[in-house]
Parts: sequence; C-alpha cells; structure tokens
Amino acid sequence: MNNPFLECEFLDFSLRTPLVLASGIIGTSATLMVRAAQNGAGMVTAKSCGPGPREGHPNPVVVDFEGGLLNAIGLTNPGAEAEAGLLTETRQQLRPLHVPLIASIFAGTVAEFAQVARVVASSEPDLIEVNISCPNVGDEFGTPFAGTCDSAAAVTAAVKGAVAGPIAVKLAPNVPDIARIAAAVVEAGADAITAINTMPGMAIEPVSGRPILSNRVGGISGPALKPIALRCVYEIAQAVPAPIIGTGGVCTGQDAAEMLMAGASVVGVGSAIYYRGVSALGQIAQELAEFMEAQGLSTISQLRGRSHRQER
Amino acid sequence: MARFHLPCALKITGIMPENATTKTFSLAGRLTADPGQFVMAWLPGFEDKPFSLAGADPISLTVAAVGPFSRAMHRLEMGDNLWVRGPLGRGYHLPGDPAHLLLIGGGYGVAPLLFLARRGVAAGHRVSMIIGARSSADLLLAPAFEALGSRVWLTTEDGSAGQRGRVTDAISRVLAEASPRPSHMYACGPTGMLRAVAAQEAAATMSLQLAWEAHMRCGVGLCGSCEVGQGWLTCLDGPVFQADPVVVPPA
Repeated sequence: MNNPFLECEFLDFSLRTPLVLASGIIGTSATLMVRAAQNGAGMVTAKSCGPGPREGHPNPVVVDFEGGLLNAIGLTNPGAEAEAGLLTETRQQLRPLHVPLIASIFAGTVAEFAQVARVVASSEPDLIEVNISCPNVGDEFGTPFAGTCDSAAAVTAAVKGAVAGPIAVKLAPNVPDIARIAAAVVEAGADAITAINTMPGMAIEPVSGRPILSNRVGGISGPALKPIALRCVYEIAQAVPAPIIGTGGVCTGQDAAEMLMAGASVVGVGSAIYYRGVSALGQIAQELAEFMEAQGLSTISQLRGRSHRQER
Repeated sequence: MARFHLPCALKITGIMPENATTKTFSLAGRLTADPGQFVMAWLPGFEDKPFSLAGADPISLTVAAVGPFSRAMHRLEMGDNLWVRGPLGRGYHLPGDPAHLLLIGGGYGVAPLLFLARRGVAAGHRVSMIIGARSSADLLLAPAFEALGSRVWLTTEDGSAGQRGRVTDAISRVLAEASPRPSHMYACGPTGMLRAVAAQEAAATMSLQLAWEAHMRCGVGLCGSCEVGQGWLTCLDGPVFQADPVVVPPA
C-alpha cells in the first residue's frame, strides 16, 4: 500500500497510511500483525496485556446483532513479560515495512499500570496505548479508570512517569463529558488520545431469555459505534491539541474520511475485519484515496478537522 | 441468502445414531452454505462450539460426544431447540466441469465430506471416498456414501475393517485402481492426517483442498485464537485451504 495521498505524520512517525489496526483485533501474534501491515495498516496495535496471563471469558464471546458487533473476549493475554517478547519480535518484523508498533496495556491499579508499562517498554514499542476503558472486566477491575478525570489522569501520570516513550490513552464513550476526560489526561502527560473504546451493550436471546455472551454484557463495535465515535472525536478535538487515534465503526474509506474530518489524526480499524476480512485495511485505504481524489484533496491533513472549519 | 447472524433457535427434527459415540442431528431450518463451512452451535449455559455442516437443507450436524457441550447435545430429544449461527468461513469449491473427486475423511472429518459428496454427485461429478478410523467401531457414514453411488474404501488402524493402516496408505492404491484417475482431492480430519495427505506425492499433481482444524473462540476473525501458519485465520481464511497453510501461504 504505497499511495502518496495517504502518507501522513502522527507524533514523530511518518506513516504510509492513516489506518491503525485497533487493539484487540488479531493483535495476538507477530505474523498476524505483519499481515495487517502488509494489507494497509500504517500502524498496528497489539492486543492489550496486563500484569499476568488471562484466558478471557468462555464462549460465546462475540455476537453479530446486525447493527454491529458485541464482544466480551475478556482481555485474553499472556501477561506483560511474555507480551514483551512478542512485541520485540513483532517490532523487528514490522521495521522493514516502516510500520510503527503500538503496545496496549491494562491493569487493575494505578501502580500496576506503571509496572506493566515498564515491562512492556523494555520491548521498545513505538507507542504505548493505555487502555483505561475496557468495558468487559468490570467485576474484576471495578469501574474503568476512564470514568472520571481524576482516575484517568492518575493512570496517565503514573504511566508517563514510568516510561520514556510516547503514550496514548484510550478513552471510554460512556461518560458525561469525554472532552473533560481528554483534557485531564493530556494535562497529565498523554501524548495522544485513542477514542473510543467499545460502548457497553447487551444481547438477549429471546427464545431462551438468556444473555448471549457468557459475560452477559459486552462492548458494541462496528457500524452502530460510528456516530458515537464521531461525536466523541469531534468534541475531544475541540478541547485538546493532542493528536487523536479516531476509532469506532470505520468500515469504508468514506468512514475513515469522516473520522479524520471529525478531528482524528489517524483512524483505527477493528470490526471491519469481521465484515470484510483482513484485506479490509487495504480496501479502506484504497477507497479513502479514491474519495480524496474525487473530492480534489491530495493530503490527509486537508481532511483532518475539516468538519470544524465548516460554517453553519 | 439464508444465514443466521445471531444464534437462532431451531427445533431438532431428526436424531440418527451413527456409531457408539456419534449422532447426526437434523434441524428445522436451512442455510445457504458450501460444504466445509461451519456453524457455531450453542445451548444456553454452555460455550458455543464450531461444527462443520453435514448438510444445509435441512441443517444437519454430525456430533461426537466428547466434551461438555457435545454431551449436552447428545441428551437433547426430538423437538428440543439447538441454537445455530452461521454459516462461517470458506468451504470447498467443486470443479466447473464433471470430474472424478477423491474424498478422504479421517474420524469425525467424514461428516462435511458427505455434504460435499451429495453436492458433487448432484453436479454430475463422480465421487470416491476413503474413510479412515481407529477401528471398525469408529467408522462413520460409509453406508451413506454407498447410497450415493460412491465407491468407498475403508482403513482402520487396528485392521478391524478394510485395509489396516491410515488413509494415506490407501491413497496410492485408490489412485491406481480408480478409473478415470481422480483429479481433485478433498480431505477433512485431524491435522496430522491432513499434513500426511498434503505430503503425498500424488497431491502435487492434483487439485487439493483441506479443511483445517484449530482452536476457535470468536469464530469471526477477530480474536486470533485460530491462527495457523504465518498469520492465517482458520475461521475466516479457512477452514478450507488449498494446501497445508503452514507450508504454502494461501493465495
């Protein structure tokens, strides 16, 4: 995927495309992340890792409710120590492709976040994404840290103090004022914002009356999440100057353009892989380039924040 | 197109014992599906599990009682509900022109091949079948293939039925005896059997399609659990591959 229309800058990185493989989607092995990069991702995010290994929730872990997907995988991961090895291997394999690697971390306490960040930083990922917003492990980890300015800022400051490289903080959509949370984490040292995580939801099977997911509740992604994500990214972009990885329901090139126009610097892609296969990344990139050409636009920066510049 | 995104409750309309541990369940529903595609079957309170389709109209699943879910399935009776979503993954492709197809099934891998054989015969292909199992008690579905007019070769590891040995021990003999020589080979079974089939000298000169097995969780390409080889997803890129995906990257 080499198209000059799509080349762009994000933090200190020069990217081939503004598309980012979102965390939790096939980020479980070096080979799968390389495949995402070969298919058109400008950056790839590994699956979130925490202090120790987790098997995740029993099946069913995903529901296609037609408006989108609902998932509760349950933060399946090998633990930070093993993840650091996987990240090192992945980064080496991504280097010839000029695709930066984003590590993703979660934890149960502020101190654990810093500890996991230190372990993961030993593998020298290009960026650490701090997942303070996974909706699927509430019983174990309490209210996600993304719920209040104070808790979000405390995690951000702890991770920033623990590592030398840049960090992005991944926010939750289900808060009264996401822009205030974003401002708090940027104030606390976040170099970038990832917005948004999935939206908590539920699917009930009507014949049995049972929740379908074994975890009962999960996170909504896919098309149903897109308007929520656009609103969040738009409001964050108005509030903070930090670059945004705009994530939520992007399945087509036009979706990606809309996310950039809302104020994202780059665009996360996740559930599209369910709808269109791993080649979704390349297809979205191609469609984005075609959209830009049709609109007479030749750089990603012309798209970024465009909706903020439109007069009523 | 008949497809269930959400788990859909379907009544059981038929339960056929196939051997001591295996039953075929027919359901009141149909899918637009290719042989080799799979569904996630579910019973509330249990994990959902992937099963290759043994038929799509009506939906039928041939299931051995080996774990908590499949044992619960074996306790179901006519009229009970089984929940199904799918079809998922990529199935087998049949050749465009009439050909002689050699199907090779090991253990429970025979079930989706019966679906393939029915489609193949209906499309004018000739179908020959090798069925392998540990012993005669584990053999599955041989009469169903014979009823289709297919010639069936049996192999058992203990020699209690058919040729003693494994399916791969029968392939060269079948290729030598069957006339015209089969041009397409389709296999389903344990990974070790598939690797052995793909490594056969004859496989290099024939069109080959293998239905791969892997540990599946989400079943829809997101969680990465079923990765095989260099980044291939059994649930999304497979389960049917043109070769051993560890050795030959899929196109």
